[in-house]
Amino acid sequence: MKVLVAVKRVVDYNVKVRAKADGSDVDLNNVKMSINPFCEIAVEEAVRLKEAGTATEVIAVSIGDKACQEQIRTALALGADRGIQVETEGSVEPLVVAKLLKGVVEKEQPQLVILGKQSIDGDNNQTGQMLGALTNMPQGTFASEIAVDGDKLSVTREVDGGLQTLSLNMPAIVTSDLRLNEPRYASLPNIMKAKKKPLDVYSPADLGVEVTTHLTQVSVEPPAERQAGIKVESVDELVDKLKNEAKVI
Amino acid sequence: MSTLVIAEHDNGSLKGATLNAVTAAQALGADVDVLVAGADCGAAAEAAAKVAGVSRVLVADNAAYGHQLAENVSLLIADVGAAYDNIVAPATSNGKNTMPRVAALLDVAQISDIISVEAADTFKRPVYAGNVIATVKSSDSKKVVTVRTTAFDAAAAEGGSATVEAVDAVHDAGISAFVSEEVAESDRPELTAAPVVVSGGRGMQNGENFKLLDGIADKLGAAIGASRAAVDAGFVPNDMQVGQTGKIVAPDLYIAVGISGAIQHLAGMKDSKVIVAINKDEDAPIFQVADYGLVADLFEALPELEAKI
Ligand SMILES: Cc1cc2nc3c(=O)[nH]c(=O)nc-3n(C[C@H](O)[C@H](O)[C@H](O)COP(=O)(O)OP(=O)(O)OC[C@H]3O[C@@H](n4cnc5c(N)ncnc54)[C@H](O)[C@@H]3O)c2cc1C
Ligand SMILES: Nc1ncnc2c1ncn2[C@@H]1O[C@H](COP(=O)(O)O)[C@@H](O)[C@H]1O
Repeated sequence: MKVLVAVKRVVDYNVKVRAKADGSDVDLNNVKMSINPFCEIAVEEAVRLKEAGTATEVIAVSIGDKACQEQIRTALALGADRGIQVETEGSVEPLVVAKLLKGVVEKEQPQLVILGKQSIDGDNNQTGQMLGALTNMPQGTFASEIAVDGDKLSVTREVDGGLQTLSLNMPAIVTSDLRLNEPRYASLPNIMKAKKKPLDVYSPADLGVEVTTHLTQVSVEPPAERQAGIKVESVDELVDKLKNEAKVI
Repeated sequence: MSTLVIAEHDNGSLKGATLNAVTAAQALGADVDVLVAGADCGAAAEAAAKVAGVSRVLVADNAAYGHQLAENVSLLIADVGAAYDNIVAPATSNGKNTMPRVAALLDVAQISDIISVEAADTFKRPVYAGNVIATVKSSDSKKVVTVRTTAFDAAAAEGGSATVEAVDAVHDAGISAFVSEEVAESDRPELTAAPVVVSGGRGMQNGENFKLLDGIADKLGAAIGASRAAVDAGFVPNDMQVGQTGKIVAPDLYIAVGISGAIQHLAGMKDSKVIVAINKDEDAPIFQVADYGLVADLFEALPELEAKI
């Protein structure tokens, strides 16, 4: 069974991103870029399926400009077998990402596609579900546990009320939540080995996809600032403030 | 112009999130209809018909929609939604699960987690863990939107008198099945709608110690939340996680106990009206957003707080 994993290059989760003063865009000058944390979890899950003998090959795919090859190499260092970059100019919208991934799915015919539940830059939480609609595959989103059982996939999902378990026909789509696994660190030898693993580059045209734009960013702004608060000296003072100043209890 | 709101419900009753979505839908300036898709969901449909400002309630009552399987419900919404200019759902786990599928079926973008409607085609939404608010404009003929419920007031649950019409179309993709669920039972208010939230973090040390929050929550009528670290460590279940990738809350009062205040946590609670932080580290970042900070050992402060409120 082939497993396809989608990895996205994003601003590192430790960076506090700010809007530029003129509101034209966010300031991403010289900020650290990383693999989206949810994608790292997705790669880890795929690699574990391979180590368990369930998967035969793990393919990492990223869509973006040449820089995203760095995140594909990260996935390869974590244990993916080969990489695919779909070269686009800058970032594209989730719907287009999903169309391009569909093109890769048609070429590679994986039994399982694992994505992150959400990219931490755009906070969209869309791509896996869109890919599901375009390929008519079932989806197990926000997954905290998966198990392959013959031609079915059992997925436990983190939902508002607790946990839900579904049984999906394969091929299927999974989007990872935080509790799916704890990703390993890539070892130095594996980072070296990853440099030699194959990485193919396609254009959207190779996949028969037209890159369209549905949304334009008009402006960006900082969120409402909170007024600086105070430190209270005791529980008594806290209770007094909440009762008599804030009037919330 | 017309707008279709996708109801959040459990067949027997309508969830509050639907009321916030109705308010967001009204801001689009068109007639608002509500789709209730479920199994034996007549009671939820009746409740939807009473919501102020709703013109029509469409009910798709079929076993195929019973567990809100995205594969089935998205086909239904794309079918029914074809006649509408806007399709709006609350950004609950159901909304997030289903709406992108709907958008892809209709070949349009989906706009996630809007916090305001600037114009019929222009919305504000938080990005980068809420550190930036983006204004985005859609060029699609149809807008598929999910709504951050804490950013919109609830529409009145009573006072409306919408007509109720059955939708007979049955869409069963036949590729997924519900197996089981583990639903956390609680007498407390729902986390995302509670007027007061008391949250514990890694500083609580274990699940047993979360009981220290119970008495305070009881007295304040509060819901109990948690940081990711507390959930990952197994102190409490996943549905209690507040944050960028958990639940978004904006109560009148948020009390963060033993939580450091990572940006991912702040993203889920910094729109609360009043924030209290109890932390033994006076440099913890949570104090930068707290209206009232108490530098103290939580194991001493919590029993005292419970006694004095
Ligand atoms: C992709 C991604 C998504 C994430 N999503 C979320 C999310 O949705 N929600 C979320 O919360 N986090 C999220 N995180 C994690 C986040 O970055 C932090 O790791 C997490 O919020 C830390 O939780 P904490 O504050 O409980 O733990 P810590 O950072 O370890 O803080 C514990 C605090 O407890 C205090 N403390 C300890 N003992 C005591 C005591 N006896 N009395 C008083 N104070 C005490 C300490 O001083 C410390 O400040 C995410 C991270 C990533 C990478
Ligand atoms: N440009 C991209 N390249 C590869 N995968 C992507 C890309 N954008 C999104 N994804 C995948 O889709 C998931 C969800 O992203 P989003 O829908 O943007 O929140 C990510 O975690 C990735 O697995």
